[in-house]
Amino acid sequence: MSNVENPALAPSREVAAPRPAWRIFLIRPETMTLALLILGVFAGSQLSEFFLDINYILKSFTLYAEFAIVALVLTMVIIAGEIDLSAASNMALSACVFAYAQQTGAPLPISIAIGLSAGLFMGLFNAFIIIGLKLPSIIVTIGTLTLYRGLAQIIAGDKSIRVPESFIGINNVFIGGIPAPVIIFIILSIVLGLVLGTTIFGRQIYLIGTNEVAARHAGVRSKSIKIILFATLGLTSAFAGLLTASRLGSVRYDLGLGGELQMVLMAMLGGTYIFGGRGTILGTFLAAWLLVIVTTGMIVANWLPAYQLCVLGVLLIISIIATNFIYSRTER
Amino acid sequence: MTNPETALLSARGISKQFAGIEVLSDVDLDLMPGEIHALVGENGAGKSTFAKILAGVYRPTRGSLSLNDQHVDITSPIVAQKLGVTLIHQEPISFPDLSVAENLVLGRLNSAPLARIPWQKITRDAQALMALLGVSIDVTKPMRGLSIADQQMVEIARSLASNSRLIIMDEPTAPLTPKEVATLFVIARRLRDEGRTIIFISHRLEEVRALCDRVTVFRDGHKVATERTANLSDSDIIRLMIGRPLKEYMHKQGSIIGEVALKLTNLTLPGKFHDISLAVKKGEIVGLGGLVGAGRTDVAQAIFGIAPAASGAIEVNGKLVKINSPTDAIAHGLAFVPEDRAQSGIFRTLAVEQNITAAIAKRIAPAMFISRFLERRFAQDSVAKLRIRLASLRQPIGELSGGNQQKAILARWLLTDPSILILDEPTRGIDIGVKAEFYDMIGELAAGGRAILLISSELPELLALCDRVLVMSEGRLTADIPRREATQELIMQAAVPRSTHQGVAA
Ligand SMILES: Nc1ncnc2c1ncn2[C@@H]1O[C@H](COP(=O)(O)OP(=O)(O)OP(=O)(O)O)[C@@H](O)[C@H]1O
Ligand SMILES: [Mg+2]
Repeated sequence: MSNVENPALAPSREVAAPRPAWRIFLIRPETMTLALLILGVFAGSQLSEFFLDINYILKSFTLYAEFAIVALVLTMVIIAGEIDLSAASNMALSACVFAYAQQTGAPLPISIAIGLSAGLFMGLFNAFIIIGLKLPSIIVTIGTLTLYRGLAQIIAGDKSIRVPESFIGINNVFIGGIPAPVIIFIILSIVLGLVLGTTIFGRQIYLIGTNEVAARHAGVRSKSIKIILFATLGLTSAFAGLLTASRLGSVRYDLGLGGELQMVLMAMLGGTYIFGGRGTILGTFLAAWLLVIVTTGMIVANWLPAYQLCVLGVLLIISIIATNFIYSRTER
Repeated sequence: MTNPETALLSARGISKQFAGIEVLSDVDLDLMPGEIHALVGENGAGKSTFAKILAGVYRPTRGSLSLNDQHVDITSPIVAQKLGVTLIHQEPISFPDLSVAENLVLGRLNSAPLARIPWQKITRDAQALMALLGVSIDVTKPMRGLSIADQQMVEIARSLASNSRLIIMDEPTAPLTPKEVATLFVIARRLRDEGRTIIFISHRLEEVRALCDRVTVFRDGHKVATERTANLSDSDIIRLMIGRPLKEYMHKQGSIIGEVALKLTNLTLPGKFHDISLAVKKGEIVGLGGLVGAGRTDVAQAIFGIAPAASGAIEVNGKLVKINSPTDAIAHGLAFVPEDRAQSGIFRTLAVEQNITAAIAKRIAPAMFISRFLERRFAQDSVAKLRIRLASLRQPIGELSGGNQQKAILARWLLTDPSILILDEPTRGIDIGVKAEFYDMIGELAAGGRAILLISSELPELLALCDRVLVMSEGRLTADIPRREATQELIMQAAVPRSTHQGVAA
């Protein structure tokens, strides 16, 4: 036992100090989103003093509130390891079904119920193909994106369908000075934030997105949870479609065209991880405001729509790279 | 060969910090050419981290390495491979869909990017390597279908292909059967006799004793000893590892065996297992032995509803039950610790506390909302009880050492307070200090009236713990041996396949 040191000299086993809290906070993607948001408001205020006017921002937000509302639920779907690109088409088809129903003489509440059911059904249809037939959600929902939009066009043709006067103008309803769609978005953010962050249902969404096999071993009903998520997304899309119809006063098949890009962008900018298991409602909430600031800024600066689209595309790519980078740093 | 006095590889003052926490401190180690050198130590002592530093996976925070007296900077696994250092990981990472031959040449085809790949030569070379190792593996088959032992052989062949002078094996024997371990040892000795150096990490002292020339003991990130194996007794090594004498596990005869808790009748899943009938009583620990691939895991998965059986019946506490999913199984009071930790156990990126409480949703959220207080308390209790080594409960579990991840998964299932507990190779990769404690816990659970089905390939474990040992071979039960008659020979006899024409079960 020549070079055996005295074991008593080795330090005892004890729990080391955890990482400092500020570091955990700083390397969260939501922090990045918040920083960008502040930067965006600052840059916007250089462009036009409108940006420091809260009423102007709120008004701009109503134009995107419908997408933002859907993006909240989409965030949960992405955290569970799936995606749904058909939500914007769902908005259009649900709105067309609603408008068609009331045009054929159905009373307004019945028409609304029919529109919402249509959205719910579309969500369940997605879920059936993805979960029942075990197919990748990205491909399936690209398919239903096209399908739902096509059906909308069949129902509505190339004309716009008017909606009844009493149904028009949700964006002009103010509660405490805040437009109703924004209020709905904020309330839904709080509710879903609580569901995802503090309930067992929310926790199980993270478990599924991180390792579905292990989640099933741990007794998580992953199929049911995913079906619930797709169905909720379908219903929420229909609701958003009706909000849009109310704001526009009429319904066309191209309602919300291209909205899936904005929705995915909001989730990604907010730090939701495209491969599942990570992300928060807070992130998407902040990202929605960021996106509105950026888009409005570009409109105020009179940029051509083509340029605006390029900027959004670049933003999407940057946000994916940034979240990936942040997550890989915290993992290894 | 080289002058035996000069080391092949010398480490000086190697330290490693993760997020400011030092997990390796000032390690000095000389590895001689032509030796098999054991690294032992408790879970989380820093063995894998040290191995990864040598193999270029991690950069040390401080310290230097020299190869044949020349200072070297091992900045990446590719550099390590060029220098002749290969690491066979604790969790094998190969490309499951590529063929064996392709896996062997990965990263070594240094031709022009668009040059044609010389498939024939690759296949021939791969075959030659397999022949050199004396194993018969079809090199054109994908990795996925291979047994873990064969996958490991491929990893070793890969290190030979790059003509490695230092081969590091991180817990290579954990998933192997005794026979496969013997083959591995023969190959390791041959590599040593060719003048290569092997680092062998294991928690099984008898293996260290049988194979290794020298042994280095790690404790809490410090190297506490390097000695010739012959100069240390087992108890010396244990004392160096854990700083206290190991308490011997004693089987308690005390537990009262009650009524039948779990009963299987003619459970069959064609191609996997046939006509499995068995009963486990309350308070009883029943072992399920056999070779890897005998169908034991399939039976466990069928009971737990992961891959339900095609026919046959399951009774829980005398009542016929239908178990179609793990959720059903948990509702009937079953718990199952799976063998494949990475795939069906851990949530890599989630916090340790969330991993530990993953299966007790109702208990951490009595009123639908998760109580952070309860969650933390359950996790903390488990960490203390199983002595899980970590920096913080909020740390991602992927950052824990292999053995500590395994303990966390065990903790998850112990927390469900099951009435029937199925354990599939539960002590794989767990250090001896904790093993004894774990055996005690199993004994206590049984004494508390729980029924326990223990699948294990470690015969001493079966013999020490079980009231009865069942043996499976080729998907059928071949023996039911009561405790007083059970011997290693009897179990092995029943485990070996009868039909010789089918060869050794993979
Ligand atoms: N990427 C990482 N980030 C943070 N901590 C880490 C990381 N990798 C390892 N550690 C910590 O370093 C310590 C040593 O881990 P290591 O894997 O080297 O242990 P080990 O001796 O191989 O244990 P085992 O026998 O369980 O495999 C552990 O406490 C572990 O939590
Ligand atoms: Mg290790």
